[in-house]
Amino acid sequence: MSKFKDIKKIIVEKPLKLDCGQIIDNFPLAYETYGKLNNDRSNAILIFHALTGDQFASGINPITKKDGWWNYALGPGKAIDTDKYFVIAANVIGGCMGSFGPSDISPDTKKPYGTNFPIITINDMVNAQYNLLEYFKIEKLFSVIGGSMGGMQVLQFVSNFPNKAFTAIPIACTASHSAQNIALNELGRQSIMADINWQDGFYEEQNKQPDKGLAVARMAAHITYLSKVGLQEKFGRKLQERDDLKFSFDADFQIESYLRYQGSVFVDRFDANSYLYITRAMDYFDLTKKFGGNLSKAFEKSNTKFFIISFTSDWLYPTSENRDIVIALNAIGKNVGFVEILSDKGHDSFLLDVPDFLNTVKNFLNTSYKKIK
Amino acid sequence: MKKEFYNIAKLVTQNSKILDVGCGNGELMKYITENISKDIRGIELSKSNIQKCVEKGLTVIEGNAEIDLKQFPDSSFDFVILSQTLQAFLDPENVLNELLRIGKKAIVSIPNFGHWKVRLHLLLKGTMPVTENLPNEWYNTPNLHMCTIKDFGNYCKERDIKINLKNLKFHNFYSELGIFVLEK
Repeated sequence: MSKFKDIKKIIVEKPLKLDCGQIIDNFPLAYETYGKLNNDRSNAILIFHALTGDQFASGINPITKKDGWWNYALGPGKAIDTDKYFVIAANVIGGCMGSFGPSDISPDTKKPYGTNFPIITINDMVNAQYNLLEYFKIEKLFSVIGGSMGGMQVLQFVSNFPNKAFTAIPIACTASHSAQNIALNELGRQSIMADINWQDGFYEEQNKQPDKGLAVARMAAHITYLSKVGLQEKFGRKLQERDDLKFSFDADFQIESYLRYQGSVFVDRFDANSYLYITRAMDYFDLTKKFGGNLSKAFEKSNTKFFIISFTSDWLYPTSENRDIVIALNAIGKNVGFVEILSDKGHDSFLLDVPDFLNTVKNFLNTSYKKIK
Repeated sequence: MKKEFYNIAKLVTQNSKILDVGCGNGELMKYITENISKDIRGIELSKSNIQKCVEKGLTVIEGNAEIDLKQFPDSSFDFVILSQTLQAFLDPENVLNELLRIGKKAIVSIPNFGHWKVRLHLLLKGTMPVTENLPNEWYNTPNLHMCTIKDFGNYCKERDIKINLKNLKFHNFYSELGIFVLEK
């Protein structure tokens, strides 16, 4: 993809066996870094992005020209202080910001993979990103951090590589994707697949884009990232640039207009097939599966110090599911801290300016860093 | 730091594994971390107190002792500390059982309702005692189950809980506070 010509990437030569059985090799993994790696390579943090995020967590995304998705948390002097830490962020495989994904050209057909792309999992994403440690010659990360699907990757990372991170901050996530969340993801996928332009996933070779389906998927998902209280406070029943109802199906209400806008800008930056693949990866995520339903066993070999954070108004990855991870770690005497942050901003709280959250991350990182120095 | 905390800190051993139940702003945990054992963590209900603990670099879990102690396995700590909150629980008996299950030893402190000032207050004024240690009025006190040092001693005796502090300097009449090291 030519638009990704100038972004950083490594080519992972080593074969990676995916959970679906396929083996991939020589694939691109796009990444970005923030801050400087210190001499003893002890200040590195790997952050994992959520469903529609990418490697451009801070500053301006050079492809979309939009703000990085974690500008509130990541940057000089911020909660994850890039004056102090060296932060690596990669685009997940299956994604659409330069890493190996369904819009890449298949060497066999010379056409985009489309739905011939292999199904990937959170485990596959994490195993692919592990190559960045070798690339940067980092023996042990200071921290692994991520929210939502990024948090799932944090959990998977610590489980797969129990002594490769001193600390871990899984935020607003779960160890096992719930029926409700699978249902919501399926709603999004069906919306994309119902768009006539989707063409069974081979839309690119026909110069089509299932924009309508993808926009509706985003609109539905966007609601799940907010809270009822937050929506009510921000929008209520306010009308959109009109004095009264129009007795039509126009966007009379501000909330309708807002959602339509969110859907329309999303299709400019995100690939419909990537949306299918990544939501599938989330649905398949169940860290307990390999361990007979016992989450504690996933962390048995780990010495990583955890700090788990949830938000009061997050109904997508509620406190109870985050607390299950705390319970599993306590059951085997692991070092774990936990706090539920008061916020009415819903699941999206971790992306927004929520001072208690940002201070917690900052204080946990900085006091932990002192201890390893 | 309040005197009670120095007294509690004297009771835990070097490098032991400790849980501070209702650790507040982490003052006691910080002192123990710096002077006695780094292997200490806390449970706390108040979100603002948790922020203060995290600022101090302490390991703290948001939780309610009446519900959240059950996640810890038997004897997973050398010491479990409970400072002046036993009387505020809905079910102190359950909490005490949990403390003794997850801790090899439990250090429990209680405000003593048998202190002479308390007795005098009730005797002379005929109103519910308000003292330095018990600053609330009857209608806004968090203390649901007040007891005296003697009550607590009797409670332990009836349940074969060993009070494992031989040089107990606390007296039902003179001490505003009782500190006990308990063992099942």
